[in-house]
Amino acid sequence: MGKVLVVTSGKGGVGKTTSTASLGAALAQNNQTVVVVDFDVGLRNLDLVMGAERRVVFDLINVVQGDAKLAQALIRDKRIETLSILPASQTRDKDALTADGVARVIEELREKFDWIVCDSPAGIERGAQLAMYHADEAVVVTNPEVSSVRDSDRIIGLLDSTTAKAKAGEKIAKHLLLTRYDPVRAARGEMLRVEDVLEILSIPLIGIIPESEEVLRASNLGSPVTLNAPESAPARAYFDAARRLRGETLDMSVPSDRKGLFAKLFNWRAA
Amino acid sequence: MALVLSPEPPLTDWMAALDLQIAKSAAFFAAKPVILECGLLGPDDAGLDALVPALLERGIRLVEIEGADPDWPATEGWTWPQGYSGGRAIGAIEIPEEAPAPPPDPSRASLVIDEPVRSGQTVSFPDGDVVVMGSVASGAEVSAGGSVHIYGTLRGRAFAGAGGNAAGRILCSRLNAELVAIGGVYMTAEDIPASHLGRAVQVRLDGERLVLLPLD
Repeated sequence: MGKVLVVTSGKGGVGKTTSTASLGAALAQNNQTVVVVDFDVGLRNLDLVMGAERRVVFDLINVVQGDAKLAQALIRDKRIETLSILPASQTRDKDALTADGVARVIEELREKFDWIVCDSPAGIERGAQLAMYHADEAVVVTNPEVSSVRDSDRIIGLLDSTTAKAKAGEKIAKHLLLTRYDPVRAARGEMLRVEDVLEILSIPLIGIIPESEEVLRASNLGSPVTLNAPESAPARAYFDAARRLRGETLDMSVPSDRKGLFAKLFNWRAA
Repeated sequence: MALVLSPEPPLTDWMAALDLQIAKSAAFFAAKPVILECGLLGPDDAGLDALVPALLERGIRLVEIEGADPDWPATEGWTWPQGYSGGRAIGAIEIPEEAPAPPPDPSRASLVIDEPVRSGQTVSFPDGDVVVMGSVASGAEVSAGGSVHIYGTLRGRAFAGAGGNAAGRILCSRLNAELVAIGGVYMTAEDIPASHLGRAVQVRLDGERLVLLPLD
């Protein structure tokens, strides 16, 4: 049975879709079978970031409503054989997703893949709730700034109260992924420090993705950064995060392209 | 409605029976007017002098004493209530037996929260104290009928003495609150003196004013 992982944040523009694509690709590059699912119905982006936009025929809504079979809607990645994408519909809205339909699709995906990585829409409404409902684990994407941290805190509260696992009295595993982190600006006090974010959110950290132009470049090329520039600092951070998701314990560091200058080793731990 | 008590000799036995009745239903006599009917008693009955003081001692509110004469020597120490008239007898009634009040359940006297209180969450406990082992996030609310204890950082709102209990307090190991309130008197982040921010603080109500005191 596969594991359902939701990538969520509450706030928009913090890097959910980029992180979904990069984590999904990083897991697949390590021989896991992975599907990335776009739940952002009406504002789909994951297909673009994955470079699959010209191959979309059917989408999640078609499968949920029974108009297409799952196999018809899944798009296999051309670069990594074990990676697939289930795109969202751009023409419909989130009301087209039914709870029963989503449950059925997730069940079917669980049988086919090791990892089902769900890209949540921003906000806390229906779309985001459906994306997180079946999750076994959650990656909370947060930027080091106060509004993003507060929205993430809200989302963590919802993960602990409104998901299927929470309703069954179980705990959903939550991981913090800090994105767009700039150690220089954080040192100058222009950003929240990692310690501050961890103290507020108090969930374990699985990665710090440094602010990097490689991320934007990869996104515009339609290729996850772990494929497009696997040696770059953000790619290495995503690879490490993916290994932590699989249960490995690694030292936490902020990877840097300018080696030696900021590649300080940290030992952060969440309460 | 007034109750009529009709003591009969021997008075020590009657008093013991009354005590038993009070023990079974403590609330029954509370605040009810009682008429003492002494028709069954004579002026020379043993213990007559102690009867009225003993009733008053048990919190029974006498509104009238009938069938006894202030001229009886034994009634010298009695407190005679102001007159009461126009009463109409409605016969004997059963005193309801109430179940003895259960001892207070210690697990309900306070609500202990092991998790951080997240933004958008509300914790409300009107029956007693709330203890939060973690932090209370910006945009979260904790409300207690008694006191609020926060062992992490208070970044959201805390309401103590929510039912109007002025004795409630707010205690936190780091104060960065958006709002603190006790018994309806509140203070917003703007009014909290900077010297208390980020510190361990207790907040109490002094009259109509909140007082912040350092805890360390």
